[in-house]
Amino acid sequence: MKRLKFFAPVLFFVALGGILWRGLYLDSRTLPSMLIDKQMPEFALGTVSGEEVTNKDLPGQIFLLNVWGSYCLPCLVEHPTFMRLSEEGEIPVVGINYKDRNELAKDWLSTNGNPFTYSIQDEDGRFGIDLGVYGAPETYLVDSEGVIRYRHVSVLDEAVWQQEFLPAIAELRAESE
Amino acid sequence: MNSRQLHTFFLMLISIFLLVIQSSTFAQVDTFEFENNEQQSRFRQLSDELRCPMCQNTNLSGSTGGVAEDLRREIHRMILEGMSNEEIEQFMFERYGDFIFYRPRLRAETVLLWFGPIIFLILGGFVAYGIFRRANLIAKTAVVLNDEQEAKLNELVGK
Repeated sequence: MKRLKFFAPVLFFVALGGILWRGLYLDSRTLPSMLIDKQMPEFALGTVSGEEVTNKDLPGQIFLLNVWGSYCLPCLVEHPTFMRLSEEGEIPVVGINYKDRNELAKDWLSTNGNPFTYSIQDEDGRFGIDLGVYGAPETYLVDSEGVIRYRHVSVLDEAVWQQEFLPAIAELRAESE
Repeated sequence: MNSRQLHTFFLMLISIFLLVIQSSTFAQVDTFEFENNEQQSRFRQLSDELRCPMCQNTNLSGSTGGVAEDLRREIHRMILEGMSNEEIEQFMFERYGDFIFYRPRLRAETVLLWFGPIIFLILGGFVAYGIFRRANLIAKTAVVLNDEQEAKLNELVGK
């Protein structure tokens, strides 16, 4: 009993210390998305190339929704991954050209290549707010019903694709079978 | 220090002071127009109490971040549309979650955040009570010498 009385506080503080220690290494910059398992918000916007698109124009299969901008350097870093994915036909990528100017976006696509099925033009960031976007780049995984299933904030390179997206996509496919 | 040096010294002191003042009152100046003062003060209150999701430790009113600018514009729009503070906060919560609030809502996920400090205070109180009680007990049962023992003790320590 006496020993317990001595060790209980010690154990308590070791446990508390452990929790706080772990807390030091949590990534507080990546916010959890509020839209997971929710339908993609309604939109009716123009694309960078000038067509009108709404939710009805979404791919109707599992696809990526990538938030990008011509001002965004990390977007250039992840760009080769999206080029590969679209060239190899692995998954459709819909872009959201977030808080950008149309002519700059067009320039960027013609200089670097266009991996997107189309890019929704969100010039004033209103659609971004509905999605809970807080800065480019962000990439959402959307299922065939138009429901958002996963969000990755910041660069999506080959490593992230392999480690985060492939398992998530495999899970979605298994689910729908 | 001659009077000239003293003069420069005071000038420097005053400039530093002004710099400090300047940075503490720093806020983004938007050219939003409102129909009345009540709307304007609600706007100020909301953008002071909501946190910028991109820059993390700044409120919306103090942030130059792109998304903070957009969110201030949305708050302005919603106030003019006649939405209440609660409705505006709900709008923000649905998109950015608890993070957007400096004062998170009381929910299952935030219970520990709200009541953790009180729980720790109560635990600490129990521990302190235990320690004091024991100290008291020791003081009460302390051995008291009678005169004879006292004399012997004095003799032993050579007084």
